[in-house]
Amino acid sequence: MAGTRIAPDSVWVLGAHMTRFARYPEFDAVDLAAESVLGALADGGVAIGDVDVLAAGSLMQPPGLGQRIQKQVGQTGIPVYNVTNACATGATAVRAAVMAIKAGEAGIGLAVGAEQMGKMGLLGGAAKKKEKRVFEPSGRYGAVTGIDGYLGTATMPGVFAQAGMAYAGEHGGVSFEQFARVAYKNHLHSTLNPLAQYRKKFSMAEVMESPMMSYPNTLLMCCPTGDGAAAAVLVSGERLRRMAPEQRRRAVKLSASVLTSDPYVEWGQVQPDVNTLTRNAAAQAYEAAGVGPEDLDLVELHDCFATAELIHYDNLGLCEPGAAGDFIDSGAPFRDGATPVNVSGGLISKGHPIGATGVANLYEVVAHLRGEAGDRQVPGAKVGLAHVIGLGSACGVHILEKAAA
Amino acid sequence: MSSSAGDPASVPIVDYLRLGSRPHLRARQCTNCGARYFDRRNACANCGGTDMAYARVRNQGVVKSFTIVHRAAPGIPVPFVSAIVETADGTSVRSNLVNCDPDPETVRLGMKVRLTTYAMGTDDNGTTAVAFGYEPIRSQRAGTKNPQGH
Repeated sequence: MAGTRIAPDSVWVLGAHMTRFARYPEFDAVDLAAESVLGALADGGVAIGDVDVLAAGSLMQPPGLGQRIQKQVGQTGIPVYNVTNACATGATAVRAAVMAIKAGEAGIGLAVGAEQMGKMGLLGGAAKKKEKRVFEPSGRYGAVTGIDGYLGTATMPGVFAQAGMAYAGEHGGVSFEQFARVAYKNHLHSTLNPLAQYRKKFSMAEVMESPMMSYPNTLLMCCPTGDGAAAAVLVSGERLRRMAPEQRRRAVKLSASVLTSDPYVEWGQVQPDVNTLTRNAAAQAYEAAGVGPEDLDLVELHDCFATAELIHYDNLGLCEPGAAGDFIDSGAPFRDGATPVNVSGGLISKGHPIGATGVANLYEVVAHLRGEAGDRQVPGAKVGLAHVIGLGSACGVHILEKAAA
Repeated sequence: MSSSAGDPASVPIVDYLRLGSRPHLRARQCTNCGARYFDRRNACANCGGTDMAYARVRNQGVVKSFTIVHRAAPGIPVPFVSAIVETADGTSVRSNLVNCDPDPETVRLGMKVRLTTYAMGTDDNGTTAVAFGYEPIRSQRAGTKNPQGH
């Protein structure tokens, strides 16, 4: 019965796993990635020998993560793609495995993302340090010294604050409180997720009064650095048809897998455009999946900062154009709302070990569509969307659907 | 500002800042589509054209976005206001707002600003680096109603 509904050219998530996001000083990224790979294989009921292609994503690890993972879990000689694509690295790994399956070169693909960051603190805008201070032009802009803090900010909380404030300027205003409410929500959600790095509820006052990083983003409106890994086993419909009923029952359809980069906009050279490529990716994904934003039972989107989540409500078409502030005020993106967003706790509280993020959001959606998400389960979830964006820029959008049978 | 392009003891912080009697920004402009760039481009990111000419960027503009930075890398004075300014001729520029309190009640989206320069530091050879920022134009009512203040 199930087999008849599985199109041979479709792609499915057969198994998924993520480590808890945390700080693991006793492990390295290879340990974490290998744990997730073994977990995802076991979850899918297959072994490393069944896998035809491996895609491994990390941003800050030494080269060759995929091959180093193989040495932990099985060196089978299959092709390995090591990918890096800023914060969209994990989604890019998934996309690489999906393409291999769609091309007919692989029946089963494995995508893994991992990062070991420790306590890195503030990312972006590092100061230039020299023994002797001499003003000599260097680089593409002929800069004589570090420009961060003089010609604006390159720090991540600041760049994404500017993205949020530009939205506020274009759409008649977004209040500090509306931005803060996003973080309040995600911290609240994370209390139900045992895999989240932080699981503490904060009041609106605590969010708004925590140390200001880059207005309007306070500390509690910024994602932490951390360690973790996530993996997904992907399978062709043709192969899934021949698998056991239990594997078919738990398989989740990957109805859309899209990767975009940022098209030219006039202001793109001074402020990364995180909107256009997200809108383009969403439009392509909705088209491919044959669903619209109104069909989504849950969304995991890239809330690296509260300001980012708010503007992606609009970019993903979850709210009326220009009404992202009203959307959070309405309660819609809360777990019990009309369109739950980041029920995992999001990057803000679940954590953001960069390479793992774009696979971990698939894990989250898969858990809900299978009805296996425990205390945080969105009841009756059938369709979900996972979104990541990396500056530079790259955007991955995946739409997943519960098996029909 | 007493700096000038001919003064060896003073250099612009970036090469697209042109000093002299009337400091301004200079962009490379695609002769086909008019897209402007502050760095060198092999071809235009908008149209693919390969012919670039220099263009002088207007000094006045409006604040399209901003943030008030309270945490930055060690050695960078905080708080400061980082802003995206759209100049009167439609070129977006990122810089600090200067001569302006780093306070969300003071900085306004849509606020009119103009380019100004200041000495940002002196190196071990006695050379001064001149940076640019944008300051509010106070001679008229600034900007629109503060959209984040409600």
